[in-house]
Amino acid sequence: MSTLEIKDLHVSIETEQGTKEILKGVSLTIKTGETHAIMGPNGSGKSTLASTIAGHPRYNVTRGTITLDGEDVLAMSVDQRARAGVFLAMQYPVEVPGVTMTNFLRTAKTAIDGEAPALRTWTKDVKAAMQQLRIDADFAQRNVNEGFSGGEKKRVEILQLELFKPKFAVLDETDSGLDVDALKVVSEGVNRAHATGNMGTLLITHYTRILRYIKPDFVHVFVDGQVVEEGGPELADRLEEEGYDRYATGAGAATIAAAAAAQA
Amino acid sequence: MTEITTEKARIGAPSAQPFIDGFTEEGENLSPVNTGTNTSTTSELAPSAGPLAGASAKSHSHGGGVGIPDSSRAGRLTSYKLADFKPLTGLEEDWRFTPLKRLRGLHNEVLSGSAPSVAVTAPEGIVVETVGRDDVRIGSAAIPEDRVSANAWENFTEATVITVPAELQLDGEVSVLLTGTSTEASAQHIVIVAGRFSKSRIVLDHQGSAIVSENVEILVEDGAELTVISLQEWNDDAVHASSQQAKLGRDAKFKHIVVSLGGDVVRMTPSTRFTAPGAEAEMFGLYFADAGQHLEQRLFVDHAVANCKSRVLYKGALQGRNAHTVWVGDVLIRKEAEGTDSYEANRNLVLTDGARADSVPNLEIETGLIEGAGHASATGRFDDEHLFYLMARGIPEDVARRLVVRGFLNEIIQQIKVPALEERLTEAVERELAASDN
Repeated sequence: MSTLEIKDLHVSIETEQGTKEILKGVSLTIKTGETHAIMGPNGSGKSTLASTIAGHPRYNVTRGTITLDGEDVLAMSVDQRARAGVFLAMQYPVEVPGVTMTNFLRTAKTAIDGEAPALRTWTKDVKAAMQQLRIDADFAQRNVNEGFSGGEKKRVEILQLELFKPKFAVLDETDSGLDVDALKVVSEGVNRAHATGNMGTLLITHYTRILRYIKPDFVHVFVDGQVVEEGGPELADRLEEEGYDRYATGAGAATIAAAAAAQA
Repeated sequence: MTEITTEKARIGAPSAQPFIDGFTEEGENLSPVNTGTNTSTTSELAPSAGPLAGASAKSHSHGGGVGIPDSSRAGRLTSYKLADFKPLTGLEEDWRFTPLKRLRGLHNEVLSGSAPSVAVTAPEGIVVETVGRDDVRIGSAAIPEDRVSANAWENFTEATVITVPAELQLDGEVSVLLTGTSTEASAQHIVIVAGRFSKSRIVLDHQGSAIVSENVEILVEDGAELTVISLQEWNDDAVHASSQQAKLGRDAKFKHIVVSLGGDVVRMTPSTRFTAPGAEAEMFGLYFADAGQHLEQRLFVDHAVANCKSRVLYKGALQGRNAHTVWVGDVLIRKEAEGTDSYEANRNLVLTDGARADSVPNLEIETGLIEGAGHASATGRFDDEHLFYLMARGIPEDVARRLVVRGFLNEIIQQIKVPALEERLTEAVERELAASDN
């Protein structure tokens, strides 16, 4: 049993207009076996939370803590966090020139486990995982994410999730840009990883659609860098019907209006 | 990443525009001719066409200071006589990227220094000779295309001729170790003859310190299959210009691989000329420039006859301040060259700030009756987002960098097919990378 604890997290970025605070005091506790959904309109800071947990250099933590079983995650480098058991499935996975998937997966697995995986079982595991995610075998010889479609990139993120077996998975809008079939395939992958009972999941999404396939234990609604409402899975159902409009009061109003305008 | 893909036109051919605003040419800046007030270049001799240039040679003018004189590669001056080439100013199309000041006299001094020593290790059957200037094979495959090459031609005293007899099928490879021990400007000449239906692989291994202009003539006779690998693992102070010209007979297969890692300035000008139908050429290159290094490669593939095939792929990595690489690929498909199948590509990976990669793919097509002709160039950065992605998977930073560069360059290394050599070069690339860790 592990615990990922986020306390009073404040995060800012540098923009051309100066420093901009994006997260304004976020607290969350995720335990092994739990699935937490973070929902919210565009620009509410959901992805910032994901990137900050993984340690992206663009985001400056100005206050608060993130700990993994009491260890200070913020003091760790990006690779140390991954080796400690934090996995971020990225919203926009980058293409890495010159590195084949095969080589990349084995190198990462070796780094995370601290030893090279046994070649025979590893090859078998990779093949099986790829098959389950309906990823063509020839992807193994292609460069990481190079020329992959949006849906293929997301499947490859979940492939890594299944192979690296992290303690905590942060899924940053993994569902966006996926058609229904791909969404099902990806959700099944997350559910398989979750079913091992050794993983906690932080599922970040704009839409409720993915929650038909991945059942959250807790739902947190994010508006303007803060959690404005928390509840069980029933909260997601309510959001499905009502959208984010009812949070459009007070400090969050401008953000909601802007998000709604952007979508219109 | 910017990419130009398979455009079937003369894209990239020199234009009449003087220069791009704010785009400085290194040669122009560094040329001693341009540093003072004296910009006169009026005293040169009139150019003359060389025997290999054929009817396409045309009158040629340099030094006007406006625009780029040649609009077609077919018109470039070729001659065995140094005097036919005007002194360089750095404004010439084919010298505009080269730091002339760092050529250590290869372009303007008599090349009388002692050339790198030549030690050939060859399997049985290979004929290795040292000959004088009057040997009939001198000039059988090449003619200088620039002043530095012509300077070497005028000044070399003896040449090494390596002959693979007709129909000999070679196991293993011929190893030619060229070791530089002098830092006086020198001239070198090598002739490689692959006899009819022979099959062989020859490695030119450049080591040590040298200031040398080298001409390598490569004659690939009908039906012969030849691989030439030229390694430049010079010491840091070396300056090397190498014109490696191949002439291909009917149904010949030629593979040329250039690997440039060492040296201060290395300028490779490999070319392939098709003289009879059915021949194939593959030209590969790998270069890795560190801080301050200038590695230049200018290729020419001359499709002068019908039904030949060429493939060009050069890949380069750059790291450190003022690491500079240049790749210019000229492919000319002449009117007669119907049925040509051609593709050239250059890829560069910039690993740090402060490096510069120039890439110019030129494709000239004079007939529409071809199988295909394409060119591509892409220069990408290994940037913070790549690094973040790999590190977010637990991979430490130094491993991530190695992973990317090794993967990128391996595509060329694996073309060599000599395991010991492949291993040596993989290690050399690792050392290059390690040098950046401090």
